[in-house]
Amino acid sequence: MQSLGISVLFKGMNMQRLLEGLLVTARIAFFSIIIGSLLGIALGVIWTSKSKWIRLICRIYLELFRIIPILVWLFIMYFGVTTALNIDLSGEVVSVIVFSLWGAAEMGDIVRGALESLPKHQVESGKAIGLGFWDLYRYVLIPQAVRRMLPGAINLATRMIKTTSLVVLIGVIDVIKVGQQIIENSRIEVPTASFWVYGSVFILYFIICYPLSKISRKLENKWNG
Amino acid sequence: MGLNWQFITDSLPLYREAAWTTLKLGFWGILISLIIGLVCSIILYFRVKVLKTIVKVYIELSRNTPLLIQLFFLYFGLTKVGISLSENTCAIIGLSFLGGSYMAEAFRSGLEAVSKSQIESGLSIGLSKTQLVRYVVLPQAFSVAVPSIGANCIFLLKETSIVGAIAVVDLMNVTKDLIGMYYQTFEALFMLVAVYFIMILPLSLLLTWLERKVRYAEFGN
Amino acid sequence: MKTNEVLLEIKGLHKRYDEIIALDDINLNINKGEVVVILGPSGCGKSTLLRCLNGLEKVHGGDIRYRGKSLVNNDVNWQEIRQHIGMVFQNYELFPHMTVIENIILGPAKVQKRDKSEVMEQAKQLLERVGLFDRKDSYPRQLSGGQRQRIAIVRALCMNPEIMLFDEVTAALDPEMVREVLDVILGLAKQGMTMVIVTHEMSFARAVADKIVFLDKGRICEISEPNEFFTNPKTERAQQFLNIFQY
Ligand SMILES: Nc1ncnc2c1ncn2[C@@H]1O[C@H](COP(=O)(O)OP(=O)(O)OP(=O)(O)O)[C@@H](O)[C@H]1O
Ligand SMILES: [Mg+2]
Repeated sequence: MQSLGISVLFKGMNMQRLLEGLLVTARIAFFSIIIGSLLGIALGVIWTSKSKWIRLICRIYLELFRIIPILVWLFIMYFGVTTALNIDLSGEVVSVIVFSLWGAAEMGDIVRGALESLPKHQVESGKAIGLGFWDLYRYVLIPQAVRRMLPGAINLATRMIKTTSLVVLIGVIDVIKVGQQIIENSRIEVPTASFWVYGSVFILYFIICYPLSKISRKLENKWNG
Repeated sequence: MGLNWQFITDSLPLYREAAWTTLKLGFWGILISLIIGLVCSIILYFRVKVLKTIVKVYIELSRNTPLLIQLFFLYFGLTKVGISLSENTCAIIGLSFLGGSYMAEAFRSGLEAVSKSQIESGLSIGLSKTQLVRYVVLPQAFSVAVPSIGANCIFLLKETSIVGAIAVVDLMNVTKDLIGMYYQTFEALFMLVAVYFIMILPLSLLLTWLERKVRYAEFGN
Repeated sequence: MKTNEVLLEIKGLHKRYDEIIALDDINLNINKGEVVVILGPSGCGKSTLLRCLNGLEKVHGGDIRYRGKSLVNNDVNWQEIRQHIGMVFQNYELFPHMTVIENIILGPAKVQKRDKSEVMEQAKQLLERVGLFDRKDSYPRQLSGGQRQRIAIVRALCMNPEIMLFDEVTAALDPEMVREVLDVILGLAKQGMTMVIVTHEMSFARAVADKIVFLDKGRICEISEPNEFFTNPKTERAQQFLNIFQY
């Protein structure tokens, strides 16, 4: 019997399994965004250094991610680095590492941009009232920079969430992989399963990313004029 | 860690072939993206009824979902409801669906940068709406949009790395096969990175140069 | 130069921006060959009036007639009318991506579909008249403000308009460049061009005008001969306005 295609989503444990897959995706995104942001903030601060060499190295680090696709980085880490170091890393760990490093590079650029756009006299007046390096950042620069970088940072988070879809290609059992398994299992009974399953994964991603990009745009309009 | 150069030389034709596929897909994807983007931005700019809403929905859908899912949906999903597409066609449609919204955004910001007084000054010499768009609005919008258009081209070319997932014989699949079959992991990865560098680095440098040029050629007034 | 043939007839013109009344019951005739200068404090509606005459603003009442033809209904072909009524703005809005000569011939070539060589010849003459023929291949950004404004005038003139509207064309210029632009307009007046000029240059107004129209708060307060207006204005408001310009 050929049932209505969409029913494939609700049959047995299918919905639950899809959501479990989504949880894996969400976990990867969550850790990558947190680690990437923290590393990125540190990188951004270092980037504002006056040393030409430090700036150059930061730039090259960013350009490496801008030129080489993330999927290639996943391959390098998953196949190359594990072989070279002779260690065994799960696809999930590899994904978190790559996304964090990439997130750090992009976040670093956002933070640098925000810090450099702060008027010079802010630094000077901070120094003038005797603030040290850390206090200068903590009380003067970071609070102001946050406003300027938040829209970009949220945007980056959206991009990172979308990019988590790639982890299926290095064998992580994420929401897409679960979807593929469901499609496999119901190939006979529900031939249109792939339409409904991929359609719903499409919508799932949309539901997560849309509000984020909306917020980012709102903030941008509010703070940039 | 010495690389097996013989193996690299032997696999060269495979990579050349795959790079060519990537470039071809990228070329068509970018070209169609530009057309979609231009049309969408003009619809938004003139606030064309109904179409405007459709364009907005399209842009949100395209920007807030991953290319991989778009491709799977096109390639596996649509086949099952009777629309069958070859993997290359799918890849091009997918890239264009994604790229169109990015290009639309780039053009839109260019269009918005054309001041109201420029438009009035065009009107005051009797230009029609179409002439105004063709001779005044688009040329100015385009030069403002050049940097973002360039960035989008690089972005799309990089995104082609994903089309391997729907069985296009691209750089990723060649690499994966070589690793799987011959365990020549480092050589295969080396080639992969090298090819992407060769494709994208010149583009990226060109873009930096272009950006500077556009900025210096800043319009008078 | 002034003749008795009425080119533009403005009757009971009314214009508002939401709550703000920008023009209220404006009545004014402009004859062929006449130079009308509009004076008035900032925000009194001078620009709005000119923009209504060029179809850049929608009017909310009254009538504007050009050679007897009404310009306020919806089926006016403004593209056609604007070829006869040229306008030059305060901010010399030349097209920045085109050279001087491209700016000038765009309208004649694309709108009027005139013969290229004939247009080039006319452009050459006009450019020579304003002393800028050697700059014909420059881009606007390579020119000074005064030069750009002269080009903007040439661009409008090359359409062979019957009436020219000037909206504070020297307001954005450095003082030393004002003269070169005003001289061009003065030259046009001598040739008998019909013009409506908004300006804050009082001595220029006095020299060029056949008729001074004084606007205040969107209404016409008085219409006078220039000499009479400057020596003996009819209204208190005009007197106050003129006092501002005397140190
Ligand atoms: N686009 C607009 N929206 C709302 N109000 C407007 C607009 N344009 C003009 N106004 C208002 O209409 C009135 C007349 O403006 P207008 O620009 O015609 O004055 P003006 O006499 O040219 O002044 P100025 O000498 O400063 O150029 C003003 O009160 C102005 O604030
Ligand atoms: Mg004005």
